[in-house]
Amino acid sequence: MATPLETEPAAVQTAAGPGEDRPAYRGTLRYALTKLGGALLSIGMVIVATFFLFRLIPGDPVIAYTRDVPLSPDQIELLRRQMGLDKPLMQQFADFVLRTLQFDLGTSYEYKRPVTDLIGERVGPTLLLTGVGLFIAVSLGLWQGTRAAWHHGGRLDRFSTGVSLVLWSVPTFWLGLLLLMVLGAGIGPIPGLFPTRGMESVDAPDGFGYVLDVAHHMVLPCLTLVAVVYAQYLLVMRSSLLDEIGQDYVTTARAKGLRDDMVRRRHAIPNALLPTVTLVFIHIGFVVGGAVSVETVYSWPGLGLLFYEAIKGPDFAVMQGTFMVVCVAVIIMNTLADVAYHVLDPRVRSA
Amino acid sequence: MSTPLLQARDLHVEFSSRGRRARAVDGVNLAVGEGEIVALVGESGCGKTTLARTLLGLERPTSGTVLYGGQPLTYTSKALKAYRREAQLVLQDPTGSLNPRHTVYEAVAEGPRIHGMANEEQVVAEALSRAGLRPPERFFLRYPHELSGGQRQRVVIAGALALNPRMLVADEPVASLDASVRGEILALLLKLREELGLSALVVTHDLGLAWNIADRVAVMYLGRIVESGPVEEVLKEPKHPYTQALLSVLPESPERVVLSGEPPDPTRIPGGCRFHARCQVLASGAAALAGVDSRCRSELLEVLPAVPEAQAACYYADTMAADEAVVR
Repeated sequence: MATPLETEPAAVQTAAGPGEDRPAYRGTLRYALTKLGGALLSIGMVIVATFFLFRLIPGDPVIAYTRDVPLSPDQIELLRRQMGLDKPLMQQFADFVLRTLQFDLGTSYEYKRPVTDLIGERVGPTLLLTGVGLFIAVSLGLWQGTRAAWHHGGRLDRFSTGVSLVLWSVPTFWLGLLLLMVLGAGIGPIPGLFPTRGMESVDAPDGFGYVLDVAHHMVLPCLTLVAVVYAQYLLVMRSSLLDEIGQDYVTTARAKGLRDDMVRRRHAIPNALLPTVTLVFIHIGFVVGGAVSVETVYSWPGLGLLFYEAIKGPDFAVMQGTFMVVCVAVIIMNTLADVAYHVLDPRVRSA
Repeated sequence: MSTPLLQARDLHVEFSSRGRRARAVDGVNLAVGEGEIVALVGESGCGKTTLARTLLGLERPTSGTVLYGGQPLTYTSKALKAYRREAQLVLQDPTGSLNPRHTVYEAVAEGPRIHGMANEEQVVAEALSRAGLRPPERFFLRYPHELSGGQRQRVVIAGALALNPRMLVADEPVASLDASVRGEILALLLKLREELGLSALVVTHDLGLAWNIADRVAVMYLGRIVESGPVEEVLKEPKHPYTQALLSVLPESPERVVLSGEPPDPTRIPGGCRFHARCQVLASGAAALAGVDSRCRSELLEVLPAVPEAQAACYYADTMAADEAVVR
C-alpha cells in the first residue's frame, strides 16, 4: 500500500449519472411550464363545462332576468335577441368563449351590472376575511400540531387533538350561529360584544378608526373560520412530525451530538412541513371562493355571500361568473403547490 | 489486555410495554478493546440494538454502567456531546439515516459543525474520500436519492468519520445492501481499522458477516450474552446450544437444528437457563444424561464476565468441559 488513499481502486465510487452538470433551475423551469400547460388546459375545460352546465339548468334566462315585470311576447323576443339566445347553440358557445377570454362574464339579472364589477367589489372583503382567518388557522394548527407530536401521548396531546377534532366536526353554520347568538346578540347577562352583520358600521369613522371598526366586525367570522379549519393543520402536522421523529436520520443527528431542540428545528420540523404546504395552497384556492357559510351567517360582503345570493335569485350570470373564478383560483393554487413542492423536495425534483 | 475502550458493566435496560416490564438488556458485560472489532450476534428482538444504543448513550441504562476509556459515562448534555465525538453510530438503512433534503455535503458537515471543528470543507472532503467516495467534490451537492445504496452507506460512514471518532457502533451496517456492495462496505470497515485504528462494535444477525470482519464475537439471547470469545473458536467450536443452532442453519452445515418453542419475549424471560424451553440439548435428553437438566430448568446462570477468552453460559457445556479436563 503506497498511500492509504490509493488502495482498492475498485471500491472507489465515482459520481456519475445522467445530466450531471445540468443546472437545477432549468429542470424546475421546465417542470413549471409543463404544469402551467396543464393548468391552462384545465381552465379551458372549466370554461366549456360552465357553458354547458348552466345551459342544462332548467329555467329560462329571459324569464329569470325579467322576473316580476309583465312583458309582451314581442318584448321577450327582443330581449332574447339582445341576449343572443336566438342564435344556434354553437354560435352562442363561440360568443361565450370569446367574451370570457376578454374577462366579460355577462350582466347580473339581479343588479343589472356587469358580473366582473360585482366580483371585483367582493374580492377584497373575501381576501381580507379568509386570508387573515387562514393565516391564523395555519399558524395555530402547525404550532399546536408540533407541540402535540413532541409530547406525543401526553395530556397536552390528547387535549389539543380532542378539541380540534370536536371543532372540526361541528357544522360551520351552527358554530357561526352559536357564536353570533352568544357573543354577537348577547344572551342573558352577557352583552353583545361584537357586531352581528356586515363589514363596517354605518357611521364608521375614517382613517385608523375605520380599520378598528372593520377588525371589530371581523372577529366573529374569523373565529368561526379558524375553529373549523385549524384542526386539519394540527392533525397533518402532528402525524407528519411523528413520522419524521421515528426516522433514522433523527437518531443519527442525535448521535452526532445535536441537542434535542435543534434536532427538532433543523431536521424533523422542516421535513414534516412538506405535506402541509400542499394543504395550505389548496386552502388558498378555496379562500378566493370565500367561506360561503361563514360569509352568509355574518352577512360578510364577500364572494361567498354573492354566490349564495345568486343561488337564491337565481342569478345565472353571477353564479356562472363566481363559479368560474373559484375554479380558476383552485387550479392556479394547485399548480403553485406542485411547483412549490418541486422546489422544496429534492426527491420529487428527480422523479 | 489494558483498559478496554468501551465497556458495559452489568448493564440492564428495561422498558415498560403495555403494563409489563420488558427486560431488553438483562445483565450484559461486554468490552471492546482499542482497534478491536467485536461482532454482536443474535436474532431480531434479542436486545442487541438496545444494547448498541445504550452503549452510545442514546438510551439510559436502568442499572449498570457504560464505561468509555475506563470512565463511567455521565449523562449531562455537555459530557454526552463530548462523548459523541469519540463514539459514532452507523445504522442499518442508509436511506433513512440521511435527511432526504440535505445534500451529501450538509450531511457530512453536520457533525463537524455541531462540534465547531475548523476547516469544515477539508474535513468533509477527507471524510468522504476515506469512505471511498472520490473525488469528494463531485458528491458535495448531490442528494441522497441520487446515490446508490452502497454510496449512501458510504456517506453515512463518512458522516461518522468526519468527527474523527475512535469507536464506531454499526447496527446491521450492511443488512439492507446488495451482496456485492456488502463486501465493499465490510472491506471499508477493515481498512479504516487498519489505517485509523478504529474500534468497532458491529451488531448483526449474520454469522458470515461476523466471521469475515470480527476479532471477537458475542452471541446474545433474550437480553443476555450467552457465549463470547475469539471469532474462530466461537464459530468453529460453538459451546452453547443456541450458537450451535444458529450455526447449523448455514448452508455448509451438515445437520440442521430447528429450534422449537416460541420466539423470545423480553417481558417473560423464563427462569433457570433462559434458553431451556427451546434448547435442543435439553430436549434430546443429553443434558439429563449429564445430570444437569434440573439446574437448566431452575437455577439462574451467572452473568458472563467481559473476558477475551471463549466462554459460554451453559451448564451442559460446563460439565462437558470439566469431563474433558478430567480425561486429559
